[in-house]
Amino acid sequence: MAIVAAAFGGARNEVGHPFRDVAIVGVFNTKQARVLEGYDSQSIALEAALGAIADAGLEPRDIDGVVGGIASNFLYQSRIGPAWRSMSPLGIPAVIEGAMAIACGLANTVLIATGEAGSYRQHASTAPWTRPTNEFVAAYGMFTAAEFALMARRHMHMYGTTPESMAHVAATIRNNGHVNPQAVYFGRGPFTADDVLNSRMVADPFHLLDCAMTSEGGTALVLTHADRAGDLAKTPVHLLGGGTDHYGPSYQHPPVWDLGGVRRPDLIAGHVGRRAAEEAFASAGLGPSDVDVCEFYDPFSFELIRQFEAYGFCAEGEGGDYVMSGVIEPGGRHPITTDGGTMSFSHGGASVQLFQRVIRGVQQLRGECVSSQVANAEVAMCTGGGAGALFTDVLLLGKDRP
Amino acid sequence: MSLLSPQVGDIPLPDPGPISAPYWQGCREGVLRFQRCLDCGAPTHTPALLCAACASMNLEWVDSSGRGEIYSWTRVWRPVTPAFVTPYVPIIVTMDEGWSILSNLVGCEDVAVAIGQLVEVEFHHSGGPDDIWLPYFHPKG
Repeated sequence: MAIVAAAFGGARNEVGHPFRDVAIVGVFNTKQARVLEGYDSQSIALEAALGAIADAGLEPRDIDGVVGGIASNFLYQSRIGPAWRSMSPLGIPAVIEGAMAIACGLANTVLIATGEAGSYRQHASTAPWTRPTNEFVAAYGMFTAAEFALMARRHMHMYGTTPESMAHVAATIRNNGHVNPQAVYFGRGPFTADDVLNSRMVADPFHLLDCAMTSEGGTALVLTHADRAGDLAKTPVHLLGGGTDHYGPSYQHPPVWDLGGVRRPDLIAGHVGRRAAEEAFASAGLGPSDVDVCEFYDPFSFELIRQFEAYGFCAEGEGGDYVMSGVIEPGGRHPITTDGGTMSFSHGGASVQLFQRVIRGVQQLRGECVSSQVANAEVAMCTGGGAGALFTDVLLLGKDRP
Repeated sequence: MSLLSPQVGDIPLPDPGPISAPYWQGCREGVLRFQRCLDCGAPTHTPALLCAACASMNLEWVDSSGRGEIYSWTRVWRPVTPAFVTPYVPIIVTMDEGWSILSNLVGCEDVAVAIGQLVEVEFHHSGGPDDIWLPYFHPKG
């Protein structure tokens, strides 16, 4: 987004919105499960790819751009080369890159697909994607829950944020999954905050039910030129704005809340995503009060509290009270993570879940969710990452062409 | 409650590289080292090629006092691998010289941890092919 902003920013009034010519026209989640028997990562990703293409009402031969290492396999198997290709694997930045390829004329129709199955079978250890090896963290027993817990604990110390407010977030998201027939943990609730607080401790202050699950699945999107989108099967969804904030490699350095940069000392790691959200809102001409659906990434319950502060929905330190004020539940002003997220819908491997907030945002704006559909949703805010990983990405989706 | 101790199982040990070798050599000698910029004086950790404050490549290795205070903590009950004995307590320590380090708290009960607790480094011989001595921290004062 920064590159697009630099290229278009000074002349935006003349050339229009950078993503004016882009639309998301196909989305698809395969079956998601704790274990997908009979699949490997390639086969589940290919199933997702074909699903998203069919959802758009397109044929494989319509694809002339692919994003992700697994999408490249689709490129070969379907013999649609030569085509534009990106290696970007991780969620919203990959979607933005696919949109940039269309906006810049490098491709007309871009497939983004990923999937994972069979890579986590020895559950004595935490999932491989939760424990990158590094000489300054691995010997201290670090994994994602501990990294995010160090951020949460600092916030509790500064602002008095409580485990009860975190548990309320987790219960809300898990209840969205409880009523979603497509969720891995469909029918496993309902949950109260007390259920979360009474589950076994993983990494203080996070109980088991404050944390994402591990599962398997595939997911895919198709983007095309907005001029063509109106002729396709589903209501096109547009990218109103996006941004990515990164501080460095995840899980290799102490996750310090106050970590700042020399260029913008006011933007600390505890607020990662703030700059991305500001850019996204500026591109869209919108603010937090315009967001109808908050498809926020939910690796751990505290992360939702932090994101509401980082994106300007509430003041710093007030995220705990904010999530307790009735806004995040179905029917609230800013309902969160409406399919059940990584806690209850799926965490399909290392990268699948980083796309699934975008998938759900598209489904909400189309009005096709089989559970927790937000009535007349016009704007969805989709996110990925989190403070414990030192990055957060933001994408604003809307029904109107920008 | 349980007394926190250095891990003695088959945990993943550091594989020092050319940039970090002086750090791990210091640990072998019982000294916690960090990098300081010869141009602007700012401290840097983890071992780097550039100063975190001014991007100078003019860094020197300096001995730390080994003392600091706990900046944040967590207490882990679900071990990352079965080699880790639980509970263990990952901490971020703000060192007296103004840099941050990730470690584990030892030498006290697991329930005694708190932000602001003063701590001091100690070294545990973990061995392995690189003869690693891991820095841990215990309460001090």
